[in-house]
Amino acid sequence: MTAEASVKLTTRKDWASDQEVRWCPGCGDYSILAAVQLLLPELGVAREDTVFVSGIGCAARFPYYMSTYGMHSIHGRAPAIATGLALSRPELDVWVVTGDGDALSIGGNHLIHALRRNVNLTILMFNNQIYGLTKGQFSPTSEQGKVTKSTPFGSLDTPFNPISVALGAEASFVARTHDLDRKHMTATIRRAHDHRGAAFVEIYQNCNVFNDGAFEGVTGKEHRDDMLVPLVHGEPIRFGPDGRRGVVLGSDARLSVVDVADVGEGALLVHDEAREDPSLAFMLSRLARGPFEPTPIGVFRAVERPDYSTLVTAQIDAVRERRGPGDVDALLRSGTTWTVGES
Amino acid sequence: MTSTVDRGTSGAERDVRHGVERLGSLVVRFAGDSGDGMQVTGDQFTAESALFGNDLATLPSFPAEIRAPAGTLAGVSAFQVQIADHEISTPGDAPSVLVAMNPAALRANVGDLATGATVIVNSDAFDERSLVKAGYQADPRADGSLAAYRVYEVPMTSLTVEACKPTGAKPRDAERSKNFFALGLVSWLYHRRLESTVEFVATRYASRPAVVEANTLALRAGWNFGETAELFESSYEVPATRLAPGTYTNVTGNTALAWGLVAGAHQAGLKLFLGSYPITPASDILHELAKQKHFGITTFQAEDEIAGVGAALGAAFGGALGVTTTSGPGIDLKAETIGLAVSLELPLVVVDVQRGGPSTGLPTKTEQADLLAAMYGRHGEAPVPIVAARTPSHCFAAALEAVRIAVTYRTPVYLLSDGYLANGSEPWRLPEPGTLPLLDPAFAPAPGAGADEGTGPRSFHPYARDPETLARPWALPGTPGLEHRIGGIEKADVTGDISYDPANHSTMVHLRAAKVSGIARSLPELEVDDPGADAGGPAPLLVLGWGSSYGAITAAVRRVRARGLSVAQVHLVHLNPFASNLGEVLARYPRVLVPETNLGQLVRLVRAEFLVDAVGLAKIEGTPFRVSEIESEIVRLLGPMASAAAGAAAGEEVKP
Ligand code: SF4
Repeated sequence: MTAEASVKLTTRKDWASDQEVRWCPGCGDYSILAAVQLLLPELGVAREDTVFVSGIGCAARFPYYMSTYGMHSIHGRAPAIATGLALSRPELDVWVVTGDGDALSIGGNHLIHALRRNVNLTILMFNNQIYGLTKGQFSPTSEQGKVTKSTPFGSLDTPFNPISVALGAEASFVARTHDLDRKHMTATIRRAHDHRGAAFVEIYQNCNVFNDGAFEGVTGKEHRDDMLVPLVHGEPIRFGPDGRRGVVLGSDARLSVVDVADVGEGALLVHDEAREDPSLAFMLSRLARGPFEPTPIGVFRAVERPDYSTLVTAQIDAVRERRGPGDVDALLRSGTTWTVGES
Repeated sequence: MTSTVDRGTSGAERDVRHGVERLGSLVVRFAGDSGDGMQVTGDQFTAESALFGNDLATLPSFPAEIRAPAGTLAGVSAFQVQIADHEISTPGDAPSVLVAMNPAALRANVGDLATGATVIVNSDAFDERSLVKAGYQADPRADGSLAAYRVYEVPMTSLTVEACKPTGAKPRDAERSKNFFALGLVSWLYHRRLESTVEFVATRYASRPAVVEANTLALRAGWNFGETAELFESSYEVPATRLAPGTYTNVTGNTALAWGLVAGAHQAGLKLFLGSYPITPASDILHELAKQKHFGITTFQAEDEIAGVGAALGAAFGGALGVTTTSGPGIDLKAETIGLAVSLELPLVVVDVQRGGPSTGLPTKTEQADLLAAMYGRHGEAPVPIVAARTPSHCFAAALEAVRIAVTYRTPVYLLSDGYLANGSEPWRLPEPGTLPLLDPAFAPAPGAGADEGTGPRSFHPYARDPETLARPWALPGTPGLEHRIGGIEKADVTGDISYDPANHSTMVHLRAAKVSGIARSLPELEVDDPGADAGGPAPLLVLGWGSSYGAITAAVRRVRARGLSVAQVHLVHLNPFASNLGEVLARYPRVLVPETNLGQLVRLVRAEFLVDAVGLAKIEGTPFRVSEIESEIVRLLGPMASAAAGAAAGEEVKP
């Protein structure tokens, strides 16, 4: 989207509030905040039409640092609250900023329903695979066996794969990016914002205090080339130095990582984010069992589907068209009535 | 449909062989299997009576299971209605007529009947198997256990099948119209006209002409049976009530409440946003509002109770009238979001249609046991105003009042109804068109043109307050210059910034409390009903009530006065804050009785707040008070006092 003439030109400064940012020094949240504040002036949107809604957690402080409208709400409930706002004010630009515990544990129900309804929300989920604000318990995305304060002998829980969850919840836009690559973050978030409907972005975010280096093995400067698998619509899926490696769909209906030299470029899977059937996107989301194997990033899925507020508004308009605007006096007289006269 | 009450005729032409007796009032209960259509039958008998011009009150009773085994006590569904030639306030204590479609319906209801009551049974249903299913050892019609009643045996099933022969329907299908046969018979017995029911059948089953035909035939057959069978010695008339002039409709509490929300939003120029999750007995409010989309209403059936209230609060942030509706356990789930609304200071209406608890409790039964939950059921100091409806039609006014408080004071408001009000109905004199008050939501205006562009976020203070109401500005996203962030963390006074400062927290807690208690300044003073007060001083006893016990208390007070005793009554609509003169009213009376269908919740509040020695009258059976239960407690309390006061007030008792 290009800036519209009616929208005042802004800079990052215009989008930052006067509140002191209070994340731990070195936290990945800073770079995400910077990416969003740098991106917004380019989106052609007005500050007053932008609302950030969050739940509880480190990530949830985000709205306080934006000079837009904002609400820091209840643990897990941001998607539900944002749904009400987006439905009552379809013209607003509503963002949800959440974390892995907020979105996938206490708020899992609201997240999946906001996604399936395709509410017009841009949902940024900072995944750091740990509870930061409560000082270091395992989260629903922590790997099995993780030793934390609440799991001194190792976590027994099977983790969620956020991309798989979103795809399973009928999300129309699903993407992943990470806090160490501002360019990729900005491009991905821009795509999410431009998508009409629910857009879900998982952002690998480093919690340097309680789970330092959780994604280092895939996002670290020296590993990135080998371990991140960029998904580019219409392109064969390949990665590694000089694109030496790639992804193929085998006759056993499984994805595997291969050396392109072994199979030939023509054998590589071509990424199609607009594919109606989410099965391939789902398979891609399972390519890595965790951030220690080649991990796809970018847009997994982007399909057109009417967003919820458009449907809700259209239904109201249609009923109004048929029945005329509401009349309270007529409503009260819509059942059987009778008149008692003066006697 | 509109019609004018015709006081001149009492119904159709009648055969003169039957005598006709006049009754001042009548309590009928229709009872059958949950699949027998007893609710429709009761509704139609009610509609016929309303059109005839009687005052009335209804009490439906549903089984908790959707399809309990047929013929068992658990599957019995009933509908009770009282009709009268004078104003009444309850569906009646003890039915004088019971229509029982099978043995289970008889067994489940016979214990409630008045002595000498008329019992009309469907004799076709009294076979061995059905008797056993209902738990009868012997046929009650033969063992003398019904000796206290006038029992009429009518083979309703076979007569219905016979009547429906011309339709060619199979007997199994035809017998389903037997509830209309019963309605026709009872309509004959009590001089109701069938026209409105014929019209109802034609509309309701329009897509199934065979059903229209069968139901109409059965209805007329029931009427004709009464006319020709010479089973009944006489028929009865309940003359029309002298109601205040006006246009009336018969409403249930849920419908009136939904309409009140529509009207409240409309009068404030706000879009109504309902976030709700289906739950008995509140769901009908969701259903009703879902039908009224042309008012610009959004009904959002959420994934759970929490999302329902969350979405409503989100919509309120956007400038809509956010409403959530629930019952029972729903309020527990919503508590955290209501607390957030207290902190955000945004308008929100939380409707609680109370039902029996704890936990799932008695989903289809009534109770007034959520008052203290509404009052205190949140962590921290989180005051919430409470408004309670007292009759089915009063749900409309109560909803308007809840909207007024929410919007004016930027606060969540609890609106309490209950299962009894929700499903019960009564005639309601409609407000004259165009007479509902307007309400100004007073959104914060955008800073005027020429305002200093550079001041941006600092120029607006989201927690600055109106000096009179202490309400904060309602500043809508989309308004340039009012960008601000709100949240559940304690906010600094005026600026709304995050603040952990101890003194500021104290200030904010006190401000929120003062805002809610200050609502009392906008409330009318309580008017006590104490007809003897001017002549002989205050009555020796005040009956204080709230919510749906209004009807039973009012009737009990009338009966006590009819005995020549003096008693005062006051009924609260506002439970938080109380009307400002409540303390003074309570102090005027030597004794205060508080009947509630809970273990004593209002009585606790008034004892704590006013240090009065009020006593409670508790009932926790899932049913409303009987008039007689309150009456005898009043008389018991008056006993010693009445004689003590007798000397002073000799001969001065005011008769009703
Ligand atoms: S605890 Fe972790 S996630 Fe939270 S602010 Fe500190 S570094 Fe960031």
